[in-house]
Amino acid sequence: MSNHDSLKNIIGAALGVCLVCSILVAAATVALKSRQEANQRFEKLKNILLAGDLMKKGEKIDVEAVFAEKIQPTLIELKTGEPLPAEKMTGSFSPGKFDVKVVSKDPGASRLIPALDDKAGIKRAPVGMLVYFVKEGDGFSKIILPVHGSGLWSFIYGFLALDRDLKTIRGFTVYEHGETPGLGGEVENPAWLNTWKGKTAFDDEGRFKLKILKGKASPGSTTEIDGLSGASLTTRGVDNFMQFWLGPQGYGPFLAKLRTKQGNQPQGGTHE
Amino acid sequence: MSKLRKTLLEPIFDNNPIALAVLGICSALAVTSKLETSVVMALSVIFVVAFSNLAISIIRNHIAASTRILVEMTIIASLVIIADQFIRAFAFDVSKQLSVYVGLIITNCIVMGRAEAYALKNSPLQSFVDGIGNGLGYTFILLVLGVIRELFGSGKLFGHSILPLDTEGGWYVSNGLLLVPASAFFLIGGIIWVIRTLKPEQMEKD
Repeated sequence: MSNHDSLKNIIGAALGVCLVCSILVAAATVALKSRQEANQRFEKLKNILLAGDLMKKGEKIDVEAVFAEKIQPTLIELKTGEPLPAEKMTGSFSPGKFDVKVVSKDPGASRLIPALDDKAGIKRAPVGMLVYFVKEGDGFSKIILPVHGSGLWSFIYGFLALDRDLKTIRGFTVYEHGETPGLGGEVENPAWLNTWKGKTAFDDEGRFKLKILKGKASPGSTTEIDGLSGASLTTRGVDNFMQFWLGPQGYGPFLAKLRTKQGNQPQGGTHE
Repeated sequence: MSKLRKTLLEPIFDNNPIALAVLGICSALAVTSKLETSVVMALSVIFVVAFSNLAISIIRNHIAASTRILVEMTIIASLVIIADQFIRAFAFDVSKQLSVYVGLIITNCIVMGRAEAYALKNSPLQSFVDGIGNGLGYTFILLVLGVIRELFGSGKLFGHSILPLDTEGGWYVSNGLLLVPASAFFLIGGIIWVIRTLKPEQMEKD
């Protein structure tokens, strides 16, 4: 035994084990990365369809095909609320490349948010975001907005679907988070996400009204959402990032532009 | 050959890591509300115990007593990361449901226990088979829990409806308690009772 316990032997064995283990772990991670990324991309598409009520949870449909047929992705500039000018569609904003995590880290594509305005706790916000119109006839029936922000431990990423009236919530899904399973992790519980459907995010004047409470929403309220029990901080995080994304720092200007546009033409079209 | 066979089969009923040694309870409570997650978890544990036993047994004559635990943990942790990466790549939905519990295999006492109690003293082949055997012992309990909890808790198996629920127009009123992790405690208690009644030699003397 004394032979094993010599310093040389200890270091040799430790280095050998570390070397072999690191090679195996690195090989597995690198080899499987593209597959995992494909899974994540697919999960995102699925959640867009779920938010837009274009598929049911657990339903087997051709996600890519439905997405291509029903969804119109559009890059918008958050500050102006206009579609992103063509000359800015380079780098992280190149067609087909948009990834909210990459864009948020790219200094050329994002801006630092002043601490006082940073309700979502995200430090940097993209200059432009990819939003999704659910096509219907010549216009759209819903609009799906990507949202994210700090929960307790992690960033929570999700999609919020608004009705064509730009007031009513049609769906909310969470596709990525690192909250505690069973507590904050319930943020992805379909039963809770379902309670968002039909709530009113804005009043008739376009003022933000949505509240995610600590505790139960008052019965019959259209603007309050139950908090998650045992997860006050995750709940507060969701409340905060909704305020951010639906406010002037987020999609506020974009939604205001859409409202004025809709005000100029009769709502609903003629085919209804 | 019969020794190998004994090493493989003994941990399933005669020396079950959960039922006799009461190890690995945490994940047995956490992931068994559905059969699908139970199966994936069980397969991961078989993989990790078998290969950690194999690797540790191969280098057992080169491990110094002072760094023994560190070396074992490094090997176990690497295997768990590899298993986790594979689940993320090939069973993404399940990986979302298992969340942290795959990573927590590192702390599953069965893995460390077999490394310490068996792999350090036995040949690689014996250790590998012992790992599979103990993994199967864990699997046996997880499958029983998964079947009972999913079937009577939500009327389904592998997500397919078996007992039509009254909330969906059927006749079966589901037992919500079974979906709560604590129910697995009662079920494991029941399994231990049954096994010890059939095999009185497993009873502890008081």
